[in-house]
Amino acid sequence: MHAESEIRIPLILGNKSYRQITDDIIAPIEGKAARGWYALTTISALCFLWGIGCLAYTIGVGIGSWGSNNGVDWAWDITNFVWWIGIGHAGTLISAVLLLFRQRWRMAINRSAEAMTIFAVMCAAIFVLLHTGRPWLDYMLFPLPNQFGSLWPNFNSPLLWDVFAVSTYFTVSLVFWYIGLIPDFGMIRDRVIKPWQKKFYGLLSFGWGGSARHWSRFEEVSLVLAGLSTPLVFSVHSIVSFDFATSVIPGWHTTIFPPYFVAGAVFSGFAMVLTLMLVVRKIYKLESYLTIKHIEYMNIVIIVTGSIVGVAYLTELFVAWYSGVEWEQYAFLNRATGPLAWSYWIMMGCNVVSPQLFWFKKIRTSILATFILSIVVNIGMWFERFVIIVTTLCRTYVPSSWNTYTPSFIDVGIFVGTIGMFGTFFLLFSRYFPVIAQAELKTILKSSGEAQKKAVASHAHH
Amino acid sequence: MATTKHIIHGVFGDEEPLLDACKKLRASGIRVKDVFSPFPIHGIDSVIGVPRTRLAICAFIYGLTGMGLATLMMWYMMISDWPNDIGGKPNWAYYFNIPAFIPITFESTVFCAAHGMALTYLLRCWLVPGAKAKNPDPRTTDDKFLVYLDLNDEQAKKAEAVLKECGAEEVNHKGSYTVEPKYVIEETH
Repeated sequence: MHAESEIRIPLILGNKSYRQITDDIIAPIEGKAARGWYALTTISALCFLWGIGCLAYTIGVGIGSWGSNNGVDWAWDITNFVWWIGIGHAGTLISAVLLLFRQRWRMAINRSAEAMTIFAVMCAAIFVLLHTGRPWLDYMLFPLPNQFGSLWPNFNSPLLWDVFAVSTYFTVSLVFWYIGLIPDFGMIRDRVIKPWQKKFYGLLSFGWGGSARHWSRFEEVSLVLAGLSTPLVFSVHSIVSFDFATSVIPGWHTTIFPPYFVAGAVFSGFAMVLTLMLVVRKIYKLESYLTIKHIEYMNIVIIVTGSIVGVAYLTELFVAWYSGVEWEQYAFLNRATGPLAWSYWIMMGCNVVSPQLFWFKKIRTSILATFILSIVVNIGMWFERFVIIVTTLCRTYVPSSWNTYTPSFIDVGIFVGTIGMFGTFFLLFSRYFPVIAQAELKTILKSSGEAQKKAVASHAHH
Repeated sequence: MATTKHIIHGVFGDEEPLLDACKKLRASGIRVKDVFSPFPIHGIDSVIGVPRTRLAICAFIYGLTGMGLATLMMWYMMISDWPNDIGGKPNWAYYFNIPAFIPITFESTVFCAAHGMALTYLLRCWLVPGAKAKNPDPRTTDDKFLVYLDLNDEQAKKAEAVLKECGAEEVNHKGSYTVEPKYVIEETH
């Protein structure tokens, strides 16, 4: 057992025992769902259905049904893709990077953050798979032997790097998540009484028993997977940024993109984790595990990454001016004062100004303020991608190809559909899967539990 | 002569008394077959003699394999089979184009290391869909810690005493079986 300083605020509130943790985590699975759960699931599922309709329509008539046009050939599709992929990054950051840094507060949030990663990457995949125009030919993204030569994909292209990066990221995150879930499924299997649940969780638990040998291997696998996922998560968003940075479009052709995209991804991802956490905490009454301290820690990450993003925006502006390249200068002038300037100022307001409010302790420990600001940040990060893609492509080199952009009904529908899909999957996850990594949480009960800490403290003073 | 072996479960409510019991059992020369717990117990490996896992070495080898496969694939497709001149950068030799191949080499290394290791872990522990639960007592995934012993008559008595002394909540005798010796050494004069 690790000793922990008395002055550290406990991470598990109340007088909890191992049994109590089991009971609390299994409660949503054994018990009836709250009314709020049914309401949210219905709304999400309806949005999802609408999205499926729009998706089917796109496949039927082609991407001419979108608002994208000759000048603005990447628009909502890639904006949404980058937004969703970015959101996914927080899950890996929490479970991998915070594991390497031995941050114990990650244990209450890593499970649902990883689930969020997986669902977000699924949403992102919809857009890239669809934006190729003929999604039934998407297998051509992979280097498969074919009747054209074989004609291979271009390994010099960042678009292909992206195919490899995103598929590696998705599958590795899925495996990392599932390996962590196995012991918790084992716990559920041993607890539930209903025959179908026993069978269902028995199947999911893969026969987990928790023997000393298995735990020793489990810890090794978790550590190495965390070590592999850490550079992986940085590589994924760097490669996403290469899609832009290696082109010669003014406003895109900059070396600052990889770090700036990664910081932005973590920023939006943490905001999304907070939005979800605050809902889960309320619906399943997990206030003892997802404490105000957890919220505060996450808000601090938001200040840091938000400030990095802010500095990146200003650096871009400075470099555009300092470079003396008129194209670059015009690109930024257009962003700030052009026809779509409103999107630039929404981005600046939401991403640069709003997270600075978290410097006030009152605000970063307030649940309501955090909930509102977490949504504001995600709106801002969506607009960041909109500015980079749409606002920039509206004004490229040749004035004859200058254009404007309005999303179509179908664009909006698919986007709302992915939010619905994300919501539906997350709500199903939170109802049927253990939302907190209970086995991991039990390891810190003695050192970070409120009652346990008090007992140690009173013992020491006598 | 046949020996009788006893299966004994020592059930504890906490990790520290269990760790203590395991130390004492080992000190008196009794082998602890396994320990089942709801979460990893730190320091148990050296006490009950679990060797350090070699999974990380596997991951390293899988990673090297992934790196090699990616290099071979890109060399074949871009240099050997169908070289192209893309953006004024002709694919004449692998080392000319290496910078462009680094991202996929990296992704492939991670892909193979992670999946190879995960698969090895699952198979090594035989964690597969439909496998039977491996814990002898279902409470060990909740809040109980169990020492699993498989001992002969004399050791069993000693072990039961040690377990009780260290604060085991239950000492369950889970049956016994006899082992016929595989061969008998005949004494010669």
